[in-house]
Amino acid sequence: MLRFILTRVSLVIPTFLGVTFLTFLLIRLVPGDPIEVRVGERGIPPERLLELRHELGLDRPLWQQFLDYIGGVLQGDLGVSLVTRNSVFSEFVTLFPATLELAALAMLFATVVGLPAGIIAAVRRGSVFDHGVMGISLTGYSMPIFWWGLLLILFFSVGLGWTPVSGRLDLLYYVEPVTGFMLIDTLMAGEYGAFWSALHHLILPMIVLGTVPLAVVARMTRSAMLEVLGEDYIRTAKAKGLAGKRVIGLHALRNALIPVVTVIGLQVGTLLGGAILTETIFSWPGVGKWLIESINRRDYPALQGGVLLIATTVMTVNLLVDVLYGVLNPRIRHSR
Amino acid sequence: MTTPTTTGVPETLPAAAPPVSQPPHPLVEFWYHFRQNKGAMAGLAVILLIAVVALFAELVAPHDPNIQYRDAILVPPVWQEGGRWAFLLGTDDIGRDMLSRLIFGARLSMMIGLIVVTLSLAVGLALGMIAGFFGGVTDALVMRFMDILLSLPSLLLAVVVAAILGPGLVNAMLAVSIVVIPHYARLTRAAVMAEASKDYVVASRVAGAGPLRLMLVVILPNCVAPLIVQATLGFSTAILDAAALGFLGLGAQPPTPEWGTMLASSLQFLQRAPWVVTWPGVAILVTVLAFNLLGDGLRDALDPKLKR
Repeated sequence: MLRFILTRVSLVIPTFLGVTFLTFLLIRLVPGDPIEVRVGERGIPPERLLELRHELGLDRPLWQQFLDYIGGVLQGDLGVSLVTRNSVFSEFVTLFPATLELAALAMLFATVVGLPAGIIAAVRRGSVFDHGVMGISLTGYSMPIFWWGLLLILFFSVGLGWTPVSGRLDLLYYVEPVTGFMLIDTLMAGEYGAFWSALHHLILPMIVLGTVPLAVVARMTRSAMLEVLGEDYIRTAKAKGLAGKRVIGLHALRNALIPVVTVIGLQVGTLLGGAILTETIFSWPGVGKWLIESINRRDYPALQGGVLLIATTVMTVNLLVDVLYGVLNPRIRHSR
Repeated sequence: MTTPTTTGVPETLPAAAPPVSQPPHPLVEFWYHFRQNKGAMAGLAVILLIAVVALFAELVAPHDPNIQYRDAILVPPVWQEGGRWAFLLGTDDIGRDMLSRLIFGARLSMMIGLIVVTLSLAVGLALGMIAGFFGGVTDALVMRFMDILLSLPSLLLAVVVAAILGPGLVNAMLAVSIVVIPHYARLTRAAVMAEASKDYVVASRVAGAGPLRLMLVVILPNCVAPLIVQATLGFSTAILDAAALGFLGLGAQPPTPEWGTMLASSLQFLQRAPWVVTWPGVAILVTVLAFNLLGDGLRDALDPKLKR
């Protein structure tokens, strides 16, 4: 078991180094000298430019700069934002809980709706319900979510006035951020009105961000269930005279869940990518919106650090899913 | 000259042997299975329609997509109050005909799909073949690089590449192409590895076929099915991601009638004139859905294991 985990971890290290190298190159691939970009249109005397280049280590060989960069990364030093002058790492950490809260709720929504839908569709294969679920999930999978978000805003926020258009909390409330998760912070502060407001603000972004994962979960659950339902042990269980619900819930679902859990884990990338669009539409103060703003402000250190941290998050979660899969399914563990 | 040839045999054989039922040509069999999938047929029909419209955009579109009718600003679709027959789907904030812009947008989207799929398929196929065929260090290097690309959320990677290259339609296409390369590379590699140890490949190798011939002539034709499916689905990814980049301001720039860009540039009229935002989205959704339906149908028809 330990050996399996160590093998998987060791496979991730070169990938991590590669991503670090890519993000390191990123800032150097951008047209224009980093210092000239920084000083803007005012210009800078040539001797001061040389001085600054030396200070920032830009006159040293590329490989030395890369080693310095990696050394900084490993200590959580991702440089300083050109616009706010804050450390990129601390900016990311401040904003990340907002994205995480949204992504977690989106995944919850996708699972709570997608899993039962997929199961029922598989059990009633070929029925109207099955065709409906498959049709809707393929539509969800094909959805341009930025447009979907706008439609929902138009209908529920502008038309019916049920949900707020943007942000995380009504201006009426102020809650001191402790965890950064609005739902938890408001409850901890005992502000129930603020809690409802936060929940209200979450509904539409949650649906928008959860749409594609919902489609994926429903489709995956259906096909995994269909595969399992055709197995011999299901026929045996039925032949033994077990009730249909027991066969489906106990025998079939448990075996079908393994690929479904994997797929849920692998949606993290989709969620963090989709967060860029969702947060932009709903003015959600998370890392996705921050990254797009960084691009628009040409704040390349922020972009560089943000990309690296998101990639690290995705890699970590994928690694966890991989290991968990091995724990759940011994066949995988021993085949390598 | 004197070696005996077998050319005469087929002419005499049918007369001598009783008529044997032959298996249908693979294409006929494929079409038979594909035709039964109503969704896939609908997808194919929609794609053909969009392709024809895109191809003959100048003839089909009622107006020039860039002409601004100053007397027809934010005219609603024809069935709403104040709608005009001259502008079936309404006009945008500077009086351009929505329908005509959508039609020219279809041309752009089809072109984006075609270019992105061609580029990424070519590069991914080459990388996957090399990795799968040679194995060892080459394989490890190529696939680790693919892993690096895959560790970034695809839209994020596309956004970053577009940010480096600068906004624009061509750069957006490049960005999306780079993002999807790993999918083709992985698929090709897996297919090549599955085929490479089979007897017919070993036989050609023994017969003296070089690596290029083995890869391109012997193995490749047997790996085509999953790639066709992936390429079809690749159209939808390409159109969707390019539209998302356009929406974020990193793709095609106004006044290009690209669907995502159209959506972004009329955002402030969302409440006053919902149609300027609705139609481009509908166009994206329908096109992407059609390609996904077609891809699913192709997979079912091409993969014998999934056949009922």
